[in-house]
Amino acid sequence: MTQVYKSKSLATLSSNKAVAKAVGQLDVDVIAAYPITPQTTIVEELAQMVANGEVKAQYIHVESEHSALSAVVGASIAGARTFTATSSQGLELMHEILHITSGLRLPVVMAVPTRALSAPISIWNDHSDIMNARDTGWIIYFVSSAQEAYDTVIQAYRLAEDREVLLPTIVSYDGFLMSHTYEPVVIESSEDVIEFSPKTWKGYIEEGAVAIGTLASPDYYYEFKYQQVEAMKNALRKAEIIDRDFYKKFGRKNGLVETYRTEDSEIDLLVTGSIWSSLKLAIDKARSNGLRIGGLRLRLYRPLPIDEIEKILAGKEVLVVIDKAISYGLRVAGPLANEIYTNLQSPVKIKSVVAGIGQRTITNEDLYKVILHVYKNKDSPGFTKHTLFYGVRGVELDS
Amino acid sequence: MKSRESLPSWYELPIGGISRPNITPESKAGWRFEKPVIDNEKCIRCRLCFLYCPDAAIVESDEKYTTKTGKTYNVSYKINYYFCKGCGICAEECPVKAITMVPEV
Repeated sequence: MTQVYKSKSLATLSSNKAVAKAVGQLDVDVIAAYPITPQTTIVEELAQMVANGEVKAQYIHVESEHSALSAVVGASIAGARTFTATSSQGLELMHEILHITSGLRLPVVMAVPTRALSAPISIWNDHSDIMNARDTGWIIYFVSSAQEAYDTVIQAYRLAEDREVLLPTIVSYDGFLMSHTYEPVVIESSEDVIEFSPKTWKGYIEEGAVAIGTLASPDYYYEFKYQQVEAMKNALRKAEIIDRDFYKKFGRKNGLVETYRTEDSEIDLLVTGSIWSSLKLAIDKARSNGLRIGGLRLRLYRPLPIDEIEKILAGKEVLVVIDKAISYGLRVAGPLANEIYTNLQSPVKIKSVVAGIGQRTITNEDLYKVILHVYKNKDSPGFTKHTLFYGVRGVELDS
Repeated sequence: MKSRESLPSWYELPIGGISRPNITPESKAGWRFEKPVIDNEKCIRCRLCFLYCPDAAIVESDEKYTTKTGKTYNVSYKINYYFCKGCGICAEECPVKAITMVPEV
């Protein structure tokens, strides 16, 4: 096995392996990571590629995730193209450095197969970890297939290293449900991959000595933080352009928001990640029973493509937002539901649903039950007031 | 002291709070009242001042220097007074007392 793919080929890969494959083709200079389930197989694969000489990168062995990201930050300052990956507690341990990476405007790329948080310990999937990283100033992609994971890592480097962006980027996807599930993936030729995402990041020290990690007094700090606000605006614009260019070059269009049967829908469901394929089956079933249901899937989570969502939802009645994470103490407890509530300038009614916590299975039948429940109750007063905690024992779904 | 309104806007500042020489918002040497001066005759090129300087204000150059006693060194140390804050650590650490702190005014 060699990392140089002379031409397009088809492989059977998990999302983790697909990410490793893309990183291997992108001529990354420095990789540092610490093992944690379900991320481990990405860096296992990369460690093997480096050891076999297939990938010419420095692989730094570290003692924690805090150190992994710190090592990568240092390398990025020096101009290296860098990669790291983590999940769950690892992402929490990195948290402090997440802010430093974005504050220093370093184009680090990280893969995050999402996982629930302790306590109690759960190695299984939900979105509690990634939702805690939402205000760290990182660009966050949320992909829903191994192919998309591969494609998005390639796009992520180009976006992160864009001169008008320079922000670290997370490519996240569902742990186990995707990280350890094998799917057919089209691998592009290494030449085409590097041509699409050429190394443009030169670091900060090329022109001589600089002071990094400086102190900003109250007279200056605010301006530096506002620079990040503007960079995120640029990132949204650039992400669209990069996705369009990717389609032109490789023939696959992922979009920032994907829709399914929304042309004439009354009720739509907004989801992220692997639940998308089950949702499409549930929508088909509802449609065959005469219900006008549609679906939206968010691929880019930060910056949030709210204008696009707004356009899709024009004239719709109800939007159901399904979250795999809980913001404790809120009446509307879904983090994504909250963001849609506050950002969306539209009269559409928003119903928050929490499901799949700690990888509690959500089948297409479950989603169909949610659709029926919303359809029957959408006009009853106070329906959108509270989050529906779907599938937890002791909370009944009144039909 | 400048008023806050006259300070640079967000788009005029370097990104990430990363400071490069000569593009720093204000002079960095504003509070110095004594400056270090190196006596090239006494200096033994041990590099301690260069290592100890907390602001990288000591510059190592390839300039050759021959002392009056006939000893030739391949490096010389100079002070970048644009950044030097006059803290005096170099003078304190110098093992041969080749650096003296000279009052600015």
